[in-house]
Order: sequence, then structure tokens, then C-alpha cells
Amino acid sequence: MDEKLFIHGYEAVGRGALNAGCLHFFGYPITPQNEITEFFARELPQRGGRFVQVESEASSASFVFGAAAGGVRVMTSTASPGWGLMQEILSHIAFCELPCVVVNVQRGGPGQGTTRHAQTDYLSATRGGGHGGYKSIVLAPSSVQECHDLMQLAFYLADKYRILTVVLADGILIQIAEYIDVKPIDFGPVPPKDWALKGIGKKEGRFDFIQSTRGLMPPIYKTIVEQLHEKYGKIAESETRVKTYQADDAELLLISYGYVARCCEEAVNMARGEGLKVGMIQPITLWPFPYETLEQKASQGCRFLVVEDSMGQLVEDVRLAVEDKKRVALLGMSSRHLAGELGMIFPETIFEEVKKLI
Amino acid sequence: MNDKAGSVHKEKIYGPSDYKMDFPLPSCPGCGSPSACKIIVEALEELGLIQNSVVVIGVGCAGMGFFGTKMDMAMCAHGPSPSVAAGIKHANYDDVTVFTVQGDGDCAAIGAGYLINSAARGDKITIFMFNNTNYGTTGGQMAPTTLLGQVTTTTPQGRDGMAQGYPLHVPEILATMKGVAYSARGSIHNFAHYQRTKKYVKSALQKQTAGIGLSFVEILTACPVNWRMEPIKAIRWIEEEVTVEYPLGEFKNAD
Repeated sequence: MDEKLFIHGYEAVGRGALNAGCLHFFGYPITPQNEITEFFARELPQRGGRFVQVESEASSASFVFGAAAGGVRVMTSTASPGWGLMQEILSHIAFCELPCVVVNVQRGGPGQGTTRHAQTDYLSATRGGGHGGYKSIVLAPSSVQECHDLMQLAFYLADKYRILTVVLADGILIQIAEYIDVKPIDFGPVPPKDWALKGIGKKEGRFDFIQSTRGLMPPIYKTIVEQLHEKYGKIAESETRVKTYQADDAELLLISYGYVARCCEEAVNMARGEGLKVGMIQPITLWPFPYETLEQKASQGCRFLVVEDSMGQLVEDVRLAVEDKKRVALLGMSSRHLAGELGMIFPETIFEEVKKLI
Repeated sequence: MNDKAGSVHKEKIYGPSDYKMDFPLPSCPGCGSPSACKIIVEALEELGLIQNSVVVIGVGCAGMGFFGTKMDMAMCAHGPSPSVAAGIKHANYDDVTVFTVQGDGDCAAIGAGYLINSAARGDKITIFMFNNTNYGTTGGQMAPTTLLGQVTTTTPQGRDGMAQGYPLHVPEILATMKGVAYSARGSIHNFAHYQRTKKYVKSALQKQTAGIGLSFVEILTACPVNWRMEPIKAIRWIEEEVTVEYPLGEFKNAD
């Protein structure tokens, strides 16, 4: 099972899911994630799994609702406009506490926007994109290896907490290829899904009602909402993950995720080459967000440069953590090297900004 | 009947289902939905399927009869029950009978896209649509099935086809689709029709068990409160008006 492969991000997503034991995928075509859907169309039937191309993202989310209620590991993937369309059902999934995984390969928005990369769904993903006030765990890979590994972590966390886990990727990450280790990761045991809908004959007479009007019957509405948020609190306490690079003695910290984090890493190397004390902190969990890590760095006198391929979304969380707007700067979408949809934020641009700030 | 030694042997011929708990029905007096739900439970029991079944309830009055039933159940959003049911079916690798219980608004308005595509795919599920010609839960607004001329809270002058569109005939539409194995419409306004509808329900569930395709039964149900009628008059109105617009019978029965 252990292999060293040179593969694209989309295949890493797929192989990560297979290594997590996911044999159910339901999806709808949308650029730039089509290769993920096509991967499962190829791979699942020959492994005894189930792949269905459905009529909309609202329907793929509904299939995911059903299969998750049926007790299997299940996922779908989409890109930003499709992510928007799923939000109605994802809110129901959140209230029913159904474990499942959704990959959102971000492209430029709002509206149809562009079919190329961007990071404009950060707030939608981290605030619970649908109605009603809920949370999903949001994981952000920045390499093909992390696409593979975080998919497995996503299924583990989803099952551990009975929660929707979102893997927030972007159009660059899915389309690049890198050498990676492909192997199953053992995160430990997860609770049994004895509540899964199978028919009472297979459950020794136990019957379950997985329902989205939970508030109407005991335990009543407020109690359920409080229990949900108690769970969110536990997740925030124990599942926050960050990656740091050259951060120990840094006076200026770059904060970024996804493909932009790779550019930041390069910019840190450039700065260190000139003796500048620059480092980076990269949240792996966008929710729960590593507020405490940033707060500590702020109390040590650090300043922060948020780099993200949007007009400023991640920066809101950094400002919440730092509580001093003057010490948080933003390098956003306006710093792309091209005005068209192919524009990116390059390491050189970030380095120039670093030199201005330090 | 007299058993040996004079003791009395009792046999249950008819009564409440063993799968029904003592749970108050949320339905209004005279509502047809609980009786239609009862038909489905009876059919499942008689076919020996109930222990291996999962019901997906849509949003609205239709499925409320299943509240307090000892079955595995799911309830998601308004409309997508066919997709949810198909997801449950796939999760169980087809080794389960899955059916939806939806109202006409849930199934044929907000859920029409899900319904048509599920039928086109031939998902191996059964859909029961209860047609009471209005949105009952929300207080009696116009539904896709509202009769021409029928007064609802959103058609105070009566439904005008040119302005508000025409009644939707769902089983007739589904009968034209290759993914559909069975399509019928029944009513429960008298006992003869109750029995006939039960036969349709059984046929639909058997089509699913045989794995032939999607099966669909529409059941006409009374909504006396929103129709502003006494229950007896509501039942008469079904017979005299509703069945004229919506003819009863089987529209497709494929093997």
C-alpha cells in the first residue's frame, strides 16, 4: 500500500480518501475540480464502491446526507459556485451531526467569477456557510502531500466528532504535481456508528430518527443548540493545528494558507538570506483558528503580514487574535502579478512588502 | 375459536401496528395523511419488509404519521428526499428498502428537480407523494396540484391557469420515463379505494425489491382545515372534484 508517487493534487485528494476507507462519492462537474470527480468515477466501481454523478451540487450534498446517515464514509467535491449551492443541505448536515467530508477547490468569486484559483471562500467556509449558525472543521492543505494526508485527517475528525469536515483547497493546489508518500495513516479509533440507518432488523430492534427538525421534539431546541456549541468548544480546545517556519525569533510573521503559503515560505527564505528576522505561521485548521498561537506571538511584540488571494478574509481572524489593527498588514489579491484570472501572488512581491514593513 | 381444554385462542385479525408507539399525531382532525402512512406500514408488514426498511420524510404534513413509528427514519430539507433516500440505499449497498413520504409541494414544486432526475437515473427507491392540493403545514397556500378555481390563501380569487399555472400530474409525467418501473395514483376516500391504493403501494415496494427502477405512488388525501370544509364534505369533494382532475389507477407497471 505504501508508495512514492509523482501525482497531481486531485489524485492526492482521491488517494487520501481511498486510504481513509471512503468508498462513496457523489458529485457534479465544475471547474477546477473535475479531475477529482473523474478520479472517483474511475476508481470506485472497481473497488466495490459507489459513484453517482448527480444533477446539481444541492443533490450531491443530499446524497452525502443520505449516505452519511447510512453510516459509511462519504464525500463530495466542488468549486466555489457549487459550494454556494450546497449550503442549504450542509446546514441540515450540521444540525443532524452527520460525519462527512466536502472538498471545496476555491476559484475566483463572487458569482461565476473565474474558473481559476483564488481564496475567496474563507469566510463562507469558516463561519458555517449556510443558515442557522453552525461550525464545520476546515482543513487547508498547501501541498500535494497535505492534500493526501489531510483528506485522511478529515474523515477521522468527521467520525470522531460527528461533524462535517471541509477541505479548503484551491485551483493551483489541485492542478500541480509533486512527489508524495501515499499510505494510510492511523489516527486512532473512532466511535461506532450504531445510530446508522440500516433498518431495525440489523440493529436488534433499535430505531433511529436522523432529523433536521430536532428542536420540535425533546430534548428541545435550545438544549440541542447548546450541546452543539459545547461540542464546537471541545473541538476548538483540542484540534487546532498550525505549521510554523522560522517563527521562533521572527519579528515579522507571514500568515497564509493554501498555495499562497508556498509562496510565503519562499519569501521567508529570501528575507532570511538578507538577515531579516521573518518567519511564518500557517493555520492547518482554518476552523478552529489558532487564535492563541497568534495572541502569544503578538504579546511577544511580533508584527504580522497576512498574505491571501482575496481582498481580505483571513485577515479578519488575524485581527481578532492580535487585537491591534496597526500591527496587522494585508497583502491581498490586488498584488497579483496579472490582472486577469491567471494572476498569482509571487514570492518576490511578498518579499518586497516584507522589506517595506520591517 | 375454542382451543382444547376449553381455553380461548385469540388471533389478531386487525389492529394497530406493532411498530406504532403511543405517540400523539401532530395532524389536524380529518387529515388524510396519517391513514395514508398507515397503508404504507401495513403494506411493509404484510410484505415482510418493515424490519429492513428506512423511511425518508419530506418537510410538510405528509410524513408526520410516521412520527413515533419504530423504524429507522431520516428527515432532511424541503425537497431533496429522493437524493437522500438514494444515498441511504447506496450506503447499504442496496440491502435495504428505502422510500420517501412527501407532500405535493415538497415533491413536485421545490423537489421537482430532485424527483425528475432520480426518476431519470432509475434510483431503486420508492416515492410516496400525498396530494392534498395545497401547502397544509404553512396554512393552505397554492400548491402545484391546486385545482383550477380552488381558493387558497395565495389564490384568494381561485386558481387561474393563465395567471398561476395549471395542476401538475406527476405520475402521468413519470410514466413516460424509462427509469421508472411503476407509477400509480390512488385515493383513500372510501374503503374500496383504500384497499386498491394499498395494492398500488405494495406493487411499488415490490418493484423496488426486484430492483427494476424507481416506483411512485400518489395518494389523494383530505385537508379539511385548509379546505375550510367539514371532514365528511372534504371526502365528498375528493370524490366529486379532485378525482376528476386526477384520475385514479396505474400509469406504468414495468417488469
